[in-house]
Order: sequence, then C-alpha cells, then structure tokens
Amino acid sequence: MSPASFYALIGVGLFVIGFYALLVRRDDLTRILSINVMGSGVFMVLIAAADGVGATVDPVPHAMVLTGIVVAVSATAFALALSLARERAQ
Amino acid sequence: MTTPIERARHVIVVIAVLALGALLGIAIVGIPVGGQGLALIAAEALPDSGVSNPVTAVLLNFRAFDTLLEIGVLLLTLVAVWALGLRLPDAETLPASPLVNTLLRINLPLLTMIAGYLLWIGATAPGGAFQAGAVLTGVGVLMRLNGVLRLSRSVLRWMAIAGLLMFVAVALAMLAWTGGLLQYPVGSAGTWILVIETAATVSIATILTALFVGQEPGPREERP
Amino acid sequence: MTPLWSALCVVAPLLAAVTQCIKPRWGAATSIAALSLIVLGGLGLASALIESGAQTIVLSGWSPPLGIVWRIDGLTVTMILMAGIVGLPVSVYAHHYFSSSTTANRFFWPLWMLLLAALCSLFLSNDLFNWYVTLELLSLSAVALVTLAGKPAALAAAQRYLYASLLGSLCYLMGVALIYSTYGSLDMTLLRAATEPNTSVWVAIGLMMAGLLMKSAMFPLHFWLPSAHGAAPAPVSAILSALVVKGAFYILLRIWFDLVPEAPPHSVTLLLGAFGAAAILWGSLQALRATRLKMLVAYSTVAQLGYLALFFPLSATGELGQTAIGGIVYFMAAHACAKAAMFLAAGNLQRAAGHDQLSALASTAQALPLSMFAFAIAGVSIMGLPPSGGFVAKWMLLSAAIMNGAWLWVAVLILGGLLSAAYVFRVLALSFVDPGPPAEQEAPKRVARSSEWASLMLAGMALLLGLNAMPMLELMSVGLPAIRP
Repeated sequence: MSPASFYALIGVGLFVIGFYALLVRRDDLTRILSINVMGSGVFMVLIAAADGVGATVDPVPHAMVLTGIVVAVSATAFALALSLARERAQ
Repeated sequence: MTTPIERARHVIVVIAVLALGALLGIAIVGIPVGGQGLALIAAEALPDSGVSNPVTAVLLNFRAFDTLLEIGVLLLTLVAVWALGLRLPDAETLPASPLVNTLLRINLPLLTMIAGYLLWIGATAPGGAFQAGAVLTGVGVLMRLNGVLRLSRSVLRWMAIAGLLMFVAVALAMLAWTGGLLQYPVGSAGTWILVIETAATVSIATILTALFVGQEPGPREERP
Repeated sequence: MTPLWSALCVVAPLLAAVTQCIKPRWGAATSIAALSLIVLGGLGLASALIESGAQTIVLSGWSPPLGIVWRIDGLTVTMILMAGIVGLPVSVYAHHYFSSSTTANRFFWPLWMLLLAALCSLFLSNDLFNWYVTLELLSLSAVALVTLAGKPAALAAAQRYLYASLLGSLCYLMGVALIYSTYGSLDMTLLRAATEPNTSVWVAIGLMMAGLLMKSAMFPLHFWLPSAHGAAPAPVSAILSALVVKGAFYILLRIWFDLVPEAPPHSVTLLLGAFGAAAILWGSLQALRATRLKMLVAYSTVAQLGYLALFFPLSATGELGQTAIGGIVYFMAAHACAKAAMFLAAGNLQRAAGHDQLSALASTAQALPLSMFAFAIAGVSIMGLPPSGGFVAKWMLLSAAIMNGAWLWVAVLILGGLLSAAYVFRVLALSFVDPGPPAEQEAPKRVARSSEWASLMLAGMALLLGLNAMPMLELMSVGLPAIRP
C-alpha cells in the first residue's frame, strides 16, 4: 500500500457516500449533487493512480480526470435543466 | 415517521453500500505498489508531441479522439438543454447597476486577456483550451448577470459548433495528409494543436455560457 | 483504405450534426446522407475484413499503451452495419413523424446524429476510457431524445433514465480507474495479455459489469427502461430499443472476452443466466399485462434483453463458445430490426388513433393493414419462428445449450418463445376483433405511406436475416477472439 493509496481510499469513501445518498434521497438536487460527489470520488482514485517516480508524473490520469470533469459538468447541466423542465411542466 | 419496512430497507441499503466500500477498499489496498502507469512512456514520447506540457500532449495528441468526443458531449448538452425549451427571465429584466458596469468594464477585458494567456501557455505549462474556456465562461456569465450579453442566434450557433467542426476538419485533413486519422505531421503538431485549441476555447466558452443562460435566444435578438 | 472506411462511420454523423445545428431544415436529408455513408463505411470495412482479417487502426499515430486504437473485427462490422441499416428506415419514419412539431423536428436530428456518432465510435473503439466517453455521449443523447415527447410522463421517465445511466457510467469509470491503477494501460489488447486473477481485477470487472448491466437494462436493473421506451416518441423508442441498449452490452461482451483473466466461477455465470431467465419471464408477463401498446413492446424489449444474458452461462470454450457468441450477435442484429419495426408500427397505430390503449385499438388496427402486417412479421422474429433472424439466433443458442447439457436454459429458451408468442398474438388479435359500433370510434387520422413502408422494411430485414444466415455468420466470426478457458 503506497502513500497514494490513502487518497484512493478517500476517493472510494466519496464514491460510497455519493452512492448511498443517490439510493436513499428522493430530492432532485440532492441526487444530482450525490452523482457529482461520486464522480469526485472516481477522479480522486484516478489522480492517486498518477503517482509517478520522483518528478515524473503520469499525465494520462490527469487528462482522464479533465475529460471526466467536462462530462460531469455537462451531465449536471442537463440534469438541472431537466429537473427545472419537470417542475415547470407540472 | 418511517415505517418498519422503510427502516429495514434503509438498513439493507446501508449494509450494501458499506459492503461495496469494503470491497473497493480491499481492491485499492491490493493494487501492487510501484507501478508507474504511463509516466515514463509519456515522458519519452513528449518531445515528439509538439508541446512540452504532458497533459496537453495527452489531451490533444496522444488521446485526441477522447477530446474530440468530449467536445461533442458539450455540444450535445447544449442541444439537449435547448430541446427542453425552458422559458427563463429575459436579460433585460435583470438589474444593471452603473457601479457594476464600471467594474465590468475594467474586469472583463482583463479576464479575456487571462483566457488568451491560458490558451497560449497551455503548450508549456498547465493551461489549454478547457481552462481558457472556463475563464471566458466567467466573462460570459458576468455579462449575462448584468444584462449586457446579447448574441444573435446564428452567431451563437456558429461559435458553439466551431470547436467540433475544427476538430473533425483537422482529423480529416490529417487523414489525407499523413494517412493516419488525427495524426499530426511531425514538426507542425504544435501548430495544429493550437489551432484546434483556439476553436475549442471559443466553443467551450460559448456552450457553457449558453448553458448558464438556459434558453435558446429568440430569433430576433440582435447584437449590440 | 480501412482508416477511411472507419473514419467515415464516425465523421459522417458528426458533420451531419454540426450542419444541422446551423441549418435545421436540412435535418432529414443530412441524416439520411450520413446513414448512407455509415452503411458504406460498414460495407467497406466488411470487405477489408474478408480480405485481410481482423485489423486495428491506430489513432493519432500513437500506439497503445499511450494512444487509442480502433479494432475492426466481425463483431464491430456487424454492429456498425446494424446501426446504419436500422437507422435508415427509422430516419425516414421520423421525417414524417416530426413534421408536425417544429421544436422536436429541429432538435431530433442533431441529437440522433450525435447518438449515432457515439454508437459507431463505441463499436470501433478498443480502449476502456474511450468507451466511457462514448457511453456518456450515447446516454445523454438518448435521454435528450426521450424528452422530445414533451409530456410530464416522458420528462419523468427521462429523468429516471438519466440517473440510472449516470450511476452506471460512474460505476464503470470506477472500474476503469481500478484497472488502470493496477495495470497502467487502457487498451484491451494489452490488458488481455496482462490481467491476472487477483482481487483488484475481479472487483473492477464486477463494478464495470454492474454499471454496464444497468445501462443495458438487464434484470434486475431494468427499472428505467419500460417507462422511458414507452413514453418516448415512436422513432426514439425504436432507436433506444434497437440500438442504444446494444451499445452497453457490446462493451460487456468485449470485457468478457478480453479483460476477464480466467473463466469466472460457475456461480457467477449461473447468476447472470438466472437474471436473464428472470428478465425473459418477468418481461413477458408484464407485456401480457400491459394496457398500452408501446408499453407492451417496451416490456418485450426487457424480455428479449434477457436472452442476451443467457450468453454467459452458455459461453463455454471452443466450439460451443463460438456457437453461443454467434447466436448472441445474430440475436442483437435480428432484434434490432424486429423491435424497431414493432415500435414504428405501434407509432403508426398511435398516430392514427390518437392513443395506444390496446382495448380500443381494434378499428385503427384494421384500418392500417400494412402496419399490422409489419408487426406480425417482426413478431415472427421475436418469437423465434422460422424463417427469421430470430429463429437462427435462437437455434444457435439452443444448440449451445443442448451441447452443454444445460437443460435448464433449454427450458428457459423454449418457455421464452411461448411467452413472446402470447403477447405478440395479443396484438395481432386486434386485427380480428370486432371493432365495435362505428359511432364510438373516431375516424383514424392519416398516416404517411412511407411510415408504414418503413416499418414493413425493417420487419422484412429481420426476415431476410433468417434466409441468408451462413455468410453473415462467417463474417461475424472473423477475428473474434477465443473465449478464455
């Protein structure tokens, strides 16, 4: 178990907390937030995997997280708009 | 007041979630130490990539196709939100204070310059299209919040598709030039990357601002 | 030439989408052009496959583990051709379906093209993280397409679909993160050689499979599908049932072939098979109980997807494995054609009657004989009767089960066929039932001829798949990796 695994475990913790909230809470905003928290958890695990030798850091997980963040932002934006549209439609 | 069934369900969910966490924890602990992933391989390939920032190299050269699809996701989100047809308060109804306007007059050009700097420096230091696009989105959001953002529908659409269009155009051009899909010719990779990133920055900023606005501009809105 | 054919499959829909954002009026024309190019690309890839066998295309000039690779083998080409060939009649249908509503018409085409680009990239890709991005693009566009119906029921169904989809994607991504942390690579070919059976790999694969099973609506994670497919506009339901759910399952298959380090324990495959059986039984029962035609067809999708899960217990090594995988791939293609045809026919009935309550559709059904005929032919494939693609697929699955001595799955397959016959006949009976006094029924609205022909063509394709099986099966098996002992 390397020092970076500590961060990976925190990431797992975030993932699990978000998962729990998604299953248990019924409120739209909380669900969207919990999906974001889960996403942050996964990103932490990825960043922990970027632990490199000395000064060389593995850039591929960094790029994966950047892409993941953009996808998460898009999904959140759409989820929020859908939530609003549902409210308006009732 | 929760019924016994609800409480039982709750307990089951908690146990399942904790079990998942434990499994994942065991998996993490079991990962062999000392693996460097792709750090060394990426460092070796960096000089041929056209940029010296390793993350930009991965995003726009080694795994450029991922980035292309990602810009596609952004465009898709814009179309999806517009398809919902939300009707939100018009820009004109938001209050515009002369104090804020003066502040904006100073800050917005500065922010735009910062965005341009981030775009340029992305080749050698942390930065690049997404970061510059995010700062420009800040510009757009500030303008929107103070009622000064007006873009005609057609300009908005062209700006939104610019990133994806440029990316696909470059991909096809490279297919014709070097025979490999999205494969830059040796030596001019840096230039192509900058070209793609510039178009992408414009698109990212436009799409994110338009997502913040939430509704498609009406057909008769005009440029100030 | 191969890079050109494969590039065509992805670039054509992307360019079409971009054009449609600027010029919405050209929506149908550019989409049909893009689909034709996809079919062309698929045929080009098929010929390249026959000439030189399975191949890979390196993107950006960097080979793995640093870069992304597109893999071309029989499975890829079959899926791409399926997407293109099913997409064409659906697009023609959509052109008439949406002509009345300008908002839906403007947004359907770019969303559809982006979905298609995601699907083709997914089928071509051989990289774990690339699959994540394509999955997200696919799911978001699918959810957006569901919202085009506009009604509160559709929005609620879309929201449930969105949450389920995002949850599935995140579970998948966590699995990818674990695999990368362990092996430092995202490429399936490299990982096939590298993975060993240890805890991290099993947990990662389990998580990835759970996420993908949720996205392919496998029992018991199917809860989002019936309402989403039932509430969406008819062409969207066709796209969702025929194509989108196959995307996630495709990745599942690839993971099963390449990532799983050794044959999984018997209990796991038995469990997956049990889920499949439960899907078949539960889905068929719900279809029998459904009050709305589109819900019946949606539950039929749940049942048919259960057949896909039967692949896992039947995937032994060597000859048996090849039969099972051939059956599954054929099943996916035949189901795509037949289910799309069913949804389009159902859409015609719904358009004409203004509703899709089964109890009141008799007169409409009798006014639209072409659509009912299409539904009947599609039903033949769904039931697995000869001569149809569904029959060939079921035959192969049955042979794999019998050769394996797995009589339980044989029983499940046969029972599934009987149940599907029951719910298909439930719909076909509308053509023979007395519609009741004419004063009670409203005059059915006109449905465009091409809409009826679109659904008939798709049903015909499901039939054709049954008539010409051998060359297709040979094409499908080119380059398919052997399942690990």
